[in-house]
Amino acid sequence: MKSSVITFPGSNCDRDMDVALKKFGFKNTMVWHNDNELPKSDLVVLPGGFSYGDYLRCGSMAAKSKIMQSVINFAKSGGLVMGICNGFQILVETGLVPGVLLRNKYLEFICKNVFVKLDNKENTYFKNLDKKVLEFHIAHNEGNYFCTKDQLKEIEDNNQIAIYYCNNEGKVEDQFNPNGSLKNIAGIFNKEKNVLGMMPHPERMIDQSLSGEDGSIFFKNLINNIK
Amino acid sequence: MEVNEQIAIDHGLKKDEYKKICDLLKRSPNLTELGIFSAMWNEHCSYKSSRLHLKKLPTKGKKVIQGPGENAGVIDIEDGDAIVFKIESHNHPSFIEPYQGAATGVGGIMRDVFTMGARPIANLNSIHFGSPQHKKTKNLLRGVVHGIGGYGNCMGVPTIAGQTSFDSSYNGNILVNAMTLGLVKKNKIFYSKAAGLNKPVIYVGSKTGRDGIHGASMASASFDEKIEEKKPTVQVGDPFTEKLLLEACLELMAGDSIIAIQDMGAAGLTSSSIEMASKGNLGIEINLDKVPCRETKMTPYEIMLSESQERMLIVLENGKEDLAKKIFDKWNLDFAVIGKTTNTKKIELFFDNKQVANIPVKTLVEDSPMYNRKWKKAKLPKKNKIKKDIYKKLNIKDVLKKVLSNQNICSKEWIWRQYDHTVMGDTIQKPGGDSGVVRVHGTDKAVAASVDSSAVYCWAHPLTGGKQVVAESWRNLISVGATPIAITNCLNFGSPENENNMGEFVECVQGIGEASKYLNFPVVSGNVSFYNQTKEVGIKPTPSIGGVGLIKDYKKMVTMDFKKIDNLVLVIGKTEGHIDQSLFARAILDEKNGPPPEVNLFNEKNNGESLLNLINKDYIQSAHDISLGGLITAISKMCIQGNKGIKLKKANNFVNELEYLFCEDQGRYIIEIKPEDLKEVTNLLDKNSVHYDELGIITDKEMIINQKTKLTIDELKSYYTNWLTNYMSA
Repeated sequence: MKSSVITFPGSNCDRDMDVALKKFGFKNTMVWHNDNELPKSDLVVLPGGFSYGDYLRCGSMAAKSKIMQSVINFAKSGGLVMGICNGFQILVETGLVPGVLLRNKYLEFICKNVFVKLDNKENTYFKNLDKKVLEFHIAHNEGNYFCTKDQLKEIEDNNQIAIYYCNNEGKVEDQFNPNGSLKNIAGIFNKEKNVLGMMPHPERMIDQSLSGEDGSIFFKNLINNIK
Repeated sequence: MEVNEQIAIDHGLKKDEYKKICDLLKRSPNLTELGIFSAMWNEHCSYKSSRLHLKKLPTKGKKVIQGPGENAGVIDIEDGDAIVFKIESHNHPSFIEPYQGAATGVGGIMRDVFTMGARPIANLNSIHFGSPQHKKTKNLLRGVVHGIGGYGNCMGVPTIAGQTSFDSSYNGNILVNAMTLGLVKKNKIFYSKAAGLNKPVIYVGSKTGRDGIHGASMASASFDEKIEEKKPTVQVGDPFTEKLLLEACLELMAGDSIIAIQDMGAAGLTSSSIEMASKGNLGIEINLDKVPCRETKMTPYEIMLSESQERMLIVLENGKEDLAKKIFDKWNLDFAVIGKTTNTKKIELFFDNKQVANIPVKTLVEDSPMYNRKWKKAKLPKKNKIKKDIYKKLNIKDVLKKVLSNQNICSKEWIWRQYDHTVMGDTIQKPGGDSGVVRVHGTDKAVAASVDSSAVYCWAHPLTGGKQVVAESWRNLISVGATPIAITNCLNFGSPENENNMGEFVECVQGIGEASKYLNFPVVSGNVSFYNQTKEVGIKPTPSIGGVGLIKDYKKMVTMDFKKIDNLVLVIGKTEGHIDQSLFARAILDEKNGPPPEVNLFNEKNNGESLLNLINKDYIQSAHDISLGGLITAISKMCIQGNKGIKLKKANNFVNELEYLFCEDQGRYIIEIKPEDLKEVTNLLDKNSVHYDELGIITDKEMIINQKTKLTIDELKSYYTNWLTNYMSA
């Protein structure tokens, strides 16, 4: 299985993602933001970081970079595109997934483990996962998901919410919401569910010496679903 | 403008220093030259008050590849790998503008590390604030934490450990010390020594602006009521550009184009060009028209003294300019050939087709002033006689509650959860432990690092305090299973022109030297920050020690959380009841006098090495060194982190239980072992003549100190975890 990770100026989780994808069997290529063409890929990942310093709106500059036209075309033709953290912010800026990501409710960067509830397993990312709750890791300043009422109705009707912040038993409540996200949303799909944007970093949870191993479960399942 | 003595004094130079400049040049300097002298001869750059004493520190060792004198120190961690590391202060700017001051402190220290070819793999920091009640403290703390996070998080380097304290002596002068570790191959280390004639001198990175002019001079003076006016001397950080600069430099360093490289830190283009020329025993010629400027009509004076961030100076091999330019173009960074190396041994500056400065390099470096300042030796204070009646009014539970929720003990999670501590995917011990630990990417090795200071001990008796900080750093590394290798020090003091402050400096340095020599824990880099003083009031002497150690097999790393019910808990090292200068004495009894606990270096070494031996033999389930707050505080933290309780035995031969629980005798560690290993463990300790006591047994969810004193783990947690969050949200 072939994957591509896009490096934008200011990306800083691109190497971590490369390590994770390779560990679970992907043949990964690093792609420079200024390239025109995507290599042949089964999965394209927009990694975390601070593309263009996030000095304008997070992700807005990267969304306009050269390679993104190919990524958008790839997504529109049904290709799998996953945006993590800053990658999620870039995805909302391209309009591939709906909504926006505001500054965290308490105006502080948050780095910690969180639990997320899986809501939707009819897609390549989460199909066949036994667990309902995964322990992931977040590290962001702008992860407060927001969208209009109409948009919310539409994403709910289309079953586009991928994961919710919750506790270890899967309870989705305000007190388990780390950043003020609408409805505790931690990640969403596009309508067709081939594009996934999420704030948590599964690539930081891939061996027992790190913050946890639920990232391994996610990646192993993902590559099996793509095969 | 004609330069005269008054202008020199306005530049922070003394009368006799100005006279010396005129003598050396055999004429009076012009304004640009005066600016250059003032930048090179200030305390921050010249170490004129400290050099004489710093020479006495042990800086060599089997594992030391590079000691002080370069951008950072370098140590050998085997298999061709090396760690580059240094700590540096950014105190003065952080008080004036906390966000930018702290941010650029972090940016500066990371640049020092990647200048040497190393990719930064971990950041640490030691930050000190005034009393929590002081009106500025909360905003300064918030600004500093946001600044550190803002820079480090964007760079994608994990912040893995740190230290925070509050003390009213920092009311007018906070301390922000930032430390970075980088990883490099031993045969790919880059130095700042220029070599060869007519080699192109290259400027890369951000453009030069008018920010930070005289930053280093500002950091070489005390504060007064007009300090707010100094805001323009604070630099503005751009971590995004630094991230690009890091990647571009490492890309260029993969080849063989670079002869020397130096970051533009304090005193910007001035100190970087002069350092490279001085180390290479060469001259350097710069055409200032070629320097990329952010603002129009900048004068030579401004260009030379700007402290704009994210800039580097490189001496390249001839003919490599195009190759280097391509790389910097790719990363969208400025690149300009601004000069060349010469054989004149002078720094020659040209602007608008005129020569605007011409100074022999030697006069700026070797001939810079060096002072043997007057200093006063500190006496060891007499032991305090505490009336035992006072103890009768106290109950252990109340005291423990106050100690755990004391601002200098309580959990600092509010701070470190704002720092990305997991990026790069190798952090195996997060903040909140004895040391932060990161794996050496792709290997079985890991590097541990911690940063410590004990201003109260140093204030009470500088010589003992200096020893103690080094010993504590050593213990923090051992507690996670790392073999200590070397330290970096950041020496924060008041004015060297005051003989008491100077005495504190001299004797702390002596203490640091004695301990690092005895423990074979040499000093490989560091920095001195004097004039942490507002009018006549200086800070408590605060040397910060950053220690680095190696864990050969990261799976053997030890953490402090209690692991298993029925396991046994022991204390290594002797508990003798030293209460003076303990947190208990100061915060509970309100006793501020007396000597700090004695540091017995033989015991430190013997106890530490014996524990490392036990860790390597896999006997140790958890470990934690005993420091501020004493034995019961250490145990409480282990209970909280492991979510387990403990049943303590009654202490033998102790007159007073409070003294037993809260005293701060040195050289001690709490360890957890399996019951079946007790015999082997105690045999090994006996064999090495290490004192130990059995403390108790791990239980489910209650800490039982004696029959009357029991606390649940939830109670302990609520004392320990809430203070800082409540304080910051109040």
